[in-house]
Amino acid sequence: MELCPLIKNILLLDSEGKRIAVKYYSDDWPTNSAKEAFEKAVFAKTQKTNARTDAEITMFDNYVVVYKFVQDLHFFVTGGENENEIILAAVLQGFFDAVGLLLRGTVDKKEALENLDLILLCLDEIVDGGIILETDANVIAGKVASHSMDAGAPLSEQTITQALATAREHLTRSLLK
Amino acid sequence: MAQPLVKKDDDRDDEADYSPFLGIEKGAVLQEARVFNDPQLDPRRCSQVITKLLYLLNQGETFTKVEATEVFFAVTKLFQSKDIGLRRMVYVMIKELSPSADEVIIVTSSLMKDMTSKTDMYRANAIRVLCRITDGTLLTQIERYLKQAIVDKNPVVASAALVSGIHLLQTNPEIVKRWSNEVQEAVQSRAALVQFHALALLHQIRQNDRLAVNKLVSSLTKGSVRSPLAQCLLIRYTSQVIRESANNNQAGDRPFYDFLEGCLRHKAEMVIFEAARAITELNGVTSRELTPAITVLQLFLSSSKPVLRFAAVRTLNKVAMTHPMAVTNCNIDMESLITDQNRSIATLAITTLLKTGNESSVDRLMKQITNFMSDIADEFKIVVVEAIRSLCLKFPLKHRSLMNFLSNILREEGGFEYKKAIVDSIVILIRDIPEAKESGLLHLCEFIEDCEFTYLSTQILHFLGIEGPKTSDPSKYIRYIYNRVHLENATVRAGAVSTLAKFGAMVDTLKPRVFVLLRRCLFDNDDEVRDRATLYLNTLGGDGAVVETGEDVKEFLFGSLDIPLVNLENSLKNYEPSEEAFDINSVPKEVKTQPLAEKKAPGKKPTGLGAPPAGPPSTVDAYEKLLSSIPEFANFGKLFKSSAPVELTEAETEYAVNVVKHIFDGHVVFQYNCTNTIPEQLLENVTVIVDASEAEEFAEVASKPLRSLPYDSPGQTFVAFEKPEGVPAIGKFSNMLRFIVKEVDPSTGEAEDDGVEDEYQLEELEVVAADYMLKVGVSNFRNAWETMDADCERVDEYGLGPRESLAEAVNAVINLLGMQPCEGTEVVPNNSRSHTCLLSGVYIGNVKVLVRLQFGLDGPKDVAMKLAVRSEDEAVSDAIHEIVASG
Repeated sequence: MELCPLIKNILLLDSEGKRIAVKYYSDDWPTNSAKEAFEKAVFAKTQKTNARTDAEITMFDNYVVVYKFVQDLHFFVTGGENENEIILAAVLQGFFDAVGLLLRGTVDKKEALENLDLILLCLDEIVDGGIILETDANVIAGKVASHSMDAGAPLSEQTITQALATAREHLTRSLLK
Repeated sequence: MAQPLVKKDDDRDDEADYSPFLGIEKGAVLQEARVFNDPQLDPRRCSQVITKLLYLLNQGETFTKVEATEVFFAVTKLFQSKDIGLRRMVYVMIKELSPSADEVIIVTSSLMKDMTSKTDMYRANAIRVLCRITDGTLLTQIERYLKQAIVDKNPVVASAALVSGIHLLQTNPEIVKRWSNEVQEAVQSRAALVQFHALALLHQIRQNDRLAVNKLVSSLTKGSVRSPLAQCLLIRYTSQVIRESANNNQAGDRPFYDFLEGCLRHKAEMVIFEAARAITELNGVTSRELTPAITVLQLFLSSSKPVLRFAAVRTLNKVAMTHPMAVTNCNIDMESLITDQNRSIATLAITTLLKTGNESSVDRLMKQITNFMSDIADEFKIVVVEAIRSLCLKFPLKHRSLMNFLSNILREEGGFEYKKAIVDSIVILIRDIPEAKESGLLHLCEFIEDCEFTYLSTQILHFLGIEGPKTSDPSKYIRYIYNRVHLENATVRAGAVSTLAKFGAMVDTLKPRVFVLLRRCLFDNDDEVRDRATLYLNTLGGDGAVVETGEDVKEFLFGSLDIPLVNLENSLKNYEPSEEAFDINSVPKEVKTQPLAEKKAPGKKPTGLGAPPAGPPSTVDAYEKLLSSIPEFANFGKLFKSSAPVELTEAETEYAVNVVKHIFDGHVVFQYNCTNTIPEQLLENVTVIVDASEAEEFAEVASKPLRSLPYDSPGQTFVAFEKPEGVPAIGKFSNMLRFIVKEVDPSTGEAEDDGVEDEYQLEELEVVAADYMLKVGVSNFRNAWETMDADCERVDEYGLGPRESLAEAVNAVINLLGMQPCEGTEVVPNNSRSHTCLLSGVYIGNVKVLVRLQFGLDGPKDVAMKLAVRSEDEAVSDAIHEIVASG
């Protein structure tokens, strides 16, 4: 048994199942067509469910997939069949909320594509090679946002993180409940 | 691959669908990337271009080698800019491009500078990038910085170094293992995630040292681990320690159980769940230990979060397989989940209920399920059907309502897999519950009246042919079968003809009528159908009168073929048309077991040298061909059996040797597969000197040395012994590898002229009774057992003494006898106190042997066994008992 919790992939798709940004951390899908087939299957399977208030979960092909939708964006996190579902859900929530913070509440496809750099950095900060780096949305968003600051700004990352956290706190509360 | 977005969006002039990447093209973006070379860098613009490049890659676009190199070199220029946002994108881009070794050198110095930068974010990211792209050589240069980073006071930097360490441990374990002290310090970190990453790395460093892991767990379970993720890890390590110590710690309480139980009161849900799951998975968990875990899972069942409900019901579903009673408390919560919005949860709830339900609740449950079945997907339905099947086997008295349920859903819409699951279930119920037979057969008959799947129709027809004639009124099935001859495709028609003939052969009174029907089939427009009808009309005999069909005819037409079809297929392929007719007796009967290793996922291949020497493909055919090509062994006759390779050396020794035992009627040949794992050596004239002084009945007759054995290319040497013909002689052989060793210059690969004679001690090898037994399965054990003469039965009882578990005892006896387990009886259900195992095989001299083993636990660990043997020769039955008695 794999002892360390591992993430197989994180997907952000649009309402037609097309890619906004995806990241695979496992060799289970060696080619792009294998990846696309997986995305298609996940999308088809979850499309009709209502995952807008709480994260939903499903299992197929020996993977556990947790997912959550908002507007025309579909967020997915996949793990192996024996993975602790709640850990996967924590990663999903971290990703979901961090994107919400970074897009300043307007979370939809257009906004996501216009800020694709932030989304990609966000993915980079959540998981490294399958190992969970961070699940706290404030910290993730803080790390990503601090990079879009000017080079001249004072380089005290912690304070920026904290400032950002306080500024967004009421929003996060409602999201994290 | 990636469709340019523009095509899809062209026909829709929707404002809302605007995308900044509309009409993006790889060629154009690569042109744009030239801005990276501008002397005056524009960070915003560069960032945008990188985003576009990443977008393309993310959509599945690929860069050619030249393109990737160009982009990579251009991106390296961007290290000149001090813009943090741009630098961050550069890091991501470099990771995506995964540059080759010679390209890595270009960025190494820039990244190393960033690694020692004052900016935390630079340090953290540079570490992750560098560790991702580096190879071992560079690692020693940056090791010092990495060790510092692990204990860095900024948690992001420390985590980056630790996670990189986890990845590097796969490729450069010796270097990462040197960081133990720093990692240990990081485990005490106040930052939650640092603690998690440090614990993961520390455990991986020590995972092969059981004592160290034990110490780690003992110390941490006492202290307080802050991070929930780290706590989850600790729970996993703890259960591992419990598992491994279970064998030597029998008395008293389970170690660390209190820790797991305490975690059930943790404030983080992921920890509570992890602990609950760990408890349910403990080996031989008692109901007292289970109770607190079940209680928290029960709470999760009524949570508002689907993920929690799913996790809980999935775990309880597993528990229900082994401890159904423990889960019954949750039945009320479980029943309310049947209507859950999330169909995965609903299905799991239903199948759990089916496992835990008692006889009285079956009817109510079936009613609820009927409503539920209409709105779930086939894959869920299959799970439910399988659960109902096992429920029916558990409560045979309920077969009427359950069988009705199955026949109802059989009539509804559904795909092949689903229908097949239902048909399989009905077939199993018919076989195991005699009272259900007649109604079940009629349900199947009705189903084939309107069945779109040829495969299922033919399967059912075949099954009808076996079971139908044994019922009280076989004639009522004839109509259904004959309808197929009219209405179906050729495959089904041919199947129906065979089934009709079976009725004619088994039920004498029906024979005249069956003959009438078969004669009509002679005018079918398909060859196979006509041929079958002709064959049956001519062989069944009696010209359609009410006469008994001869036993030998029945055997010829419908007897079972006790040859594996794969073997028959291979033999037929090898057969060359000649005067000599194909002889079915020449087909090997040995069941080939697929080597499990092949199925394992790629990527975890053992590295070249550590791998055991791969012999030639271990199929009987290949061995036979190999041996008959050696003149010394050509006159030994037909190969009876070849054993699986037996290792004669430890893993990772200088020379790896395993042996395959080939058994002939009057000879035994040992095939030694040797591999030389030392690059600086060439071995010549390799032989194995075998001392057979402890194997009196064997006399060495031939030996075939191996001329030369270069590094890492396996070769074989053989030694042959004569033994008394047809006798299962056993004995012990000690082996010594003898060879001439020559030094090889690794740079040129040329060997020196002079060699030195040397020897290498190998482990002993035994020829045991199981080597004279072929694994040959039978399809229907009970039939085979009953047709065997009861006079040749030998029954005796044995005490096997204390054993680790029942399963272990069963396996030991199976291995001792070397026979083929039948009908899946080699699997012992968890926690069962008794078990019956059925074995079949062919003993040397082509004597069929069947064995029925009954095991029972006598006291806490003592296993008692009753062994009943039937064979075609009572001497062989006695021999089997001797094997067990002396084993």
